[in-house]
Amino acid sequence: MSEAPTPRTMLEKIWSRHRIVEREDGQVLLFVDRHLVHDGTAPAFAALHRRGLAPRAPERITATPDHYVPTDHRDIAAIADPERRFMVESLVRDTARHGITMFGLTDRRQGIVHVIGPEEGLSQPGMIIVCADSHTSTHGAVGALAFGVGMTETTHVLAHQALWQRRPRTMRITVDGALGPGVVAKDVILAIIARIGTAGATGHVVEYAGGAIRGLSMEGRLTLCNMSIEAGARAGMVAPDDTTHAYLHGRPHAPQGADWEAALARWRALPSDADAVFDAEVRLDGAAIEPMVTWGTSPEDALPIGGVVPDPAGAADADRRAAMERALAYMGLTPGTRLAEIPVDRVFIGSCTNGRIEDLRAAAAIARGRTVAPQVEAWVVPGSGLVKEQAEAEGLDRVFRAAGFQWREAGCSMCLGTNGEIASPGQRCASTSNRNFVGRQGPGARTHLMGPAMAAAAAVTGRLCDVRRLAAGG
Amino acid sequence: MERFQRLDAVAVPIARPNVDTDQITPARFLHKPRSDDHGNYLFHDVRRRPDGTPDPGFVMNRPEYAGAQVIVAERNFACGSSRENAVWALYDHGFRAAIAPSFGDIFAANGLKNGLLPVRLPEDVVAGLIAALEAEPGARVQVDLEAQTVTLPDGSVHPFEIDPFSRHCLLNGVDELDYTGTLAPQIDAFMNRYGRENR
Repeated sequence: MSEAPTPRTMLEKIWSRHRIVEREDGQVLLFVDRHLVHDGTAPAFAALHRRGLAPRAPERITATPDHYVPTDHRDIAAIADPERRFMVESLVRDTARHGITMFGLTDRRQGIVHVIGPEEGLSQPGMIIVCADSHTSTHGAVGALAFGVGMTETTHVLAHQALWQRRPRTMRITVDGALGPGVVAKDVILAIIARIGTAGATGHVVEYAGGAIRGLSMEGRLTLCNMSIEAGARAGMVAPDDTTHAYLHGRPHAPQGADWEAALARWRALPSDADAVFDAEVRLDGAAIEPMVTWGTSPEDALPIGGVVPDPAGAADADRRAAMERALAYMGLTPGTRLAEIPVDRVFIGSCTNGRIEDLRAAAAIARGRTVAPQVEAWVVPGSGLVKEQAEAEGLDRVFRAAGFQWREAGCSMCLGTNGEIASPGQRCASTSNRNFVGRQGPGARTHLMGPAMAAAAAVTGRLCDVRRLAAGG
Repeated sequence: MERFQRLDAVAVPIARPNVDTDQITPARFLHKPRSDDHGNYLFHDVRRRPDGTPDPGFVMNRPEYAGAQVIVAERNFACGSSRENAVWALYDHGFRAAIAPSFGDIFAANGLKNGLLPVRLPEDVVAGLIAALEAEPGARVQVDLEAQTVTLPDGSVHPFEIDPFSRHCLLNGVDELDYTGTLAPQIDAFMNRYGRENR
């Protein structure tokens, strides 16, 4: 009589299907299905060329410029800074040289690499996906193992379409119940990071589960998995289900016809087995999560919008107290101030975290019929050319423009400002991006992270604001 | 990659947890070519005052720590962005080892592939080391990769873990890329089979 097979997590299933060889020390050479490449990748191509090598599987690579592209025009030659222009030009040259599919600056499919992967159907359940960017964790939302790598590893993947890895530990984060009105995926992930900390999932791959996660749209799951790295996780993933399948069906690079049916059969076998054991378990009550904002300089410095700036005197230990004092000094905040009273100078709606159509719809619903506060400069930067096109077809651009928002072209933009689009020293920015680190949006710039409707609410009221108040017509 | 065997060097303490890679290398320097001295960008905005002059309050600017080759920090050092520039900045500035209770995963991997050895030691040992380095600026530590030990200024010896293959690569100054090239037939065979199974 044979024994029942050992129950396996989704990570274990994906891992074993991609194992090429295993070394004596336990590291595994993993096959990479999809390699996404952006305009920061020039050093990896240069390293490849120095060795006289070419990409092993160019058909598995897709490229688009996002980090260094301007969002006020689409002309590479007009990028003023020659070193930044070089990064974008290098991607054009390197991809042409090796026959790599590239969505260039004037292609309507150009956009942030983590937006276009799912959008094009390039990111599929069961795949291993890598990219030289820590937010590659985004693609785990479709049920893939997707993680960011450095430049040397990127060179390795270009050369061999494979990567040495030791299997990470597994963590399941279960969010039970239903989210309350006005509570979105961004609030869920900020609540998770506030709970477990920025190193809470270091060395782990997180699988998100539970009713609140099942209830998220694909866009919401992408937001959730995107910020897994902000909890230290190697990757985040959500088991594929009907929501995933419906999202992918008919997308340009998704399987078609008979291949689609075969793919569906494979994908349905991917979710973790019912009694699979995870190395760590975390559980949150979805109904208890409120709209969140960050007050400090780490994504774990997040609180419900109804709260106040915390007092370092109440910190658990001296280390934490010192970190809070430094954060408050940088942020120019006083303990006890109501978060919903903090005025803002800039608003940034976009990024690989919240630059998708659902995000723009949520922001536009708040902007509609309202006006950006006089002292505020507010930007909307769609995550891709196709997101922009869809938003324009729905008239969202007109809503934003009428309210006084700038409606811009696709790119990473103010999330990290590599293209030069930054806030000024001392400016306070309500941002839908993923990191509120010191200087992230420019030297001296102060970032408050939040969801897209909350950011739109900050734009029209001029201060951090509980979006539920506006949604209720207040 | 440069070989790493033994190191006897001044260590500089960064008495903070969660130092992110945006601090180590601000994003506006990410497009700088590898041929630049990225040491100039290391902790750029915290090392200097707004007028560009060195901030005497920043620990690395103290003369006793000049020539430091070991950086010691609290937990979750170099978390955040995957930018390998963070490793380049530390390496170009002269650092060859980083000691902390924990690291950002991607940073640790990048370090191993660039001759910057990440050494994980227990939180209380690191806390003691940081206190010792602050009390006696310019104190030295020894990192022995062959023996997988760190010797602190007080003479105590602490073992550390490292992947055997990464250790082999560092000790011999070889990189993974060439090694993987010897497995090309296995990669070919895998891809043929995988391609058939996953149309």
